[in-house]
Amino acid sequence: MQTALKIDKLTKDYTIDFFGTKKKRALDELSLEVYEGEVFGFLGANGAGKTTTIKILMGLIYPTSGTAEILGRPISDISSRRDIGFLPESPYFYDYLTATEFLTYCGNLFRIEKSLLRGRIKELLRLVGLEQAADIQLRKFSKGMLQRIGIAQALINDPKMVFMDEPMSGLDPIGRREVRDIIISLRDRGKTIFFSTHILSDVEVLCDRVAILKQGKLAGCGRLSDLQQQSDTTMEVVAHNVDKEAVEKLGELAVSIRQTASGVNIRIRSEAELERVIQAVHQHKGGIVSVYPVKTLLEDFFIKGEKQSEDGVCGHPNSGS
Amino acid sequence: MMNPVLVIALNTFRESVRDKVLYNLLLFVLLLIAASLLVAELSLNQEQIVIARMGLSAMLFFGVLIAIFIGIGLVYKEIDKRTVYTILAKPLCRYEFILGKFFGLSLTLLVNCSVMLVALLAALSVLAYRRYANQAFGYINFGVLPAGLLIYLELLMVVAIALLFSSFSTPVLSTVFSVLFYIIGSLSQDLLVFARSIRLVPAKYLLIGLYYVLPNFSNFNYINIVAHDFHFVSGRKILFATVYALLYICMLLVLTSVVFQKRNFK
Repeated sequence: MQTALKIDKLTKDYTIDFFGTKKKRALDELSLEVYEGEVFGFLGANGAGKTTTIKILMGLIYPTSGTAEILGRPISDISSRRDIGFLPESPYFYDYLTATEFLTYCGNLFRIEKSLLRGRIKELLRLVGLEQAADIQLRKFSKGMLQRIGIAQALINDPKMVFMDEPMSGLDPIGRREVRDIIISLRDRGKTIFFSTHILSDVEVLCDRVAILKQGKLAGCGRLSDLQQQSDTTMEVVAHNVDKEAVEKLGELAVSIRQTASGVNIRIRSEAELERVIQAVHQHKGGIVSVYPVKTLLEDFFIKGEKQSEDGVCGHPNSGS
Repeated sequence: MMNPVLVIALNTFRESVRDKVLYNLLLFVLLLIAASLLVAELSLNQEQIVIARMGLSAMLFFGVLIAIFIGIGLVYKEIDKRTVYTILAKPLCRYEFILGKFFGLSLTLLVNCSVMLVALLAALSVLAYRRYANQAFGYINFGVLPAGLLIYLELLMVVAIALLFSSFSTPVLSTVFSVLFYIIGSLSQDLLVFARSIRLVPAKYLLIGLYYVLPNFSNFNYINIVAHDFHFVSGRKILFATVYALLYICMLLVLTSVVFQKRNFK
């Protein structure tokens, strides 16, 4: 697999006082690689450094140290942007332009030939479902429509790689679904997609691999399944007709026990304790409703965040780092 | 296929044209010229002077307002509304963005000044015709044309100044700085006179230094001379003012590009 994006020890310090003596590290020696054709999720809480990373890659801010290459060319090379598309966070565009005028403007910045551009604009408006709004000024667009026109402008040059900063943020479930479908269709066309988000359900649906940032540092990186395997697996037993005495006994075996309207939810550490829990329930004339393993979701990993990859580098997908 | 500078310039021009404030200003100036026609009726044989002076002064006044207020918004608005993120992530250099913005507003001012000059000449022609009928052509003050050109060059300098300040400062501070620069630049001859009258040597050289560094807008101001004397500004003075304006604008645009190049768009 060819490398589409290579980030090497990227660091960014912001000065936080007037004289530049106090600094805050927004990004701390971030290293990762993204491969062609991947949908790569870039995760982290607010302020983790996701947007800073994307802005550095897009040449909007300068790194304090470290390097990055997009499609084999350093980010300082303006020509590297010929083959990439970018959707900024909560995009706002020239509201006095119509959708077609805006896309024409963006296409002209790429020096796309007029006849080719006309066809591409039509195609993109169809892709993002804005054919009917082609001649409407952007000031009349809803947030979801702005997001979609933002995606269209990011694709105007038929890029090999697309960067999206929080493409689902602020969208309603329908809008999220639409953006998600667009990302899937881009993946099907062989585009490499790098998107930041903190909406984990979208990541679980879309991403081949993810990287998790915490306070500017890489806290984890790899395939979703690998990251989930790194976490503990627990089991949950739901029982009914369990009396007080049984609850006390089960409490000794369980990690946590919780009374609900339908019965008692007992969470245990492993399968080894399962038999003893079932026995205890039956002894007290209770019944088992269900038993299922609880795989620690990405959310748990996301929140814990401290499971840093050994070398702090996100490498080849098969390495399972 | 268009050059990115031209693409940005045309879009900036379109933005100005779709900005209703610009239309209001144009309308206001046209109304002002129309009103001045009525005033001219009251002054015996002075109408050409009054109209020429009023028209050119209004052209300068509204031009400066547009140059400062829209000039400051050119970059600031892009950063504030984050439209700059989308544009600078495309394959263009930051200096191309600055140049595009400058030429876009220059084009707006060109259209603005041209409409005003045409309206002014029309007003002067109507007055001359009413008084001198068939011999009117010889009594029209065509000296307003080169004076208008010089005003346009002055406005370009003001745009470049506003653009520089807006590339690193807030709109309020940029406005204050630009207005101050304009006022000092308009009075810079007095600065030189004052410097020569001072005995304290460091202060003298400081003022002389400021005189040469700050823009000298008196090179462009021939409104009174043109209006009173039906006087054409000499080719030599126009050439000097043009070269001076171009050099000063180039210097300001280079400085703006350097500042903008170094900016982090957090």
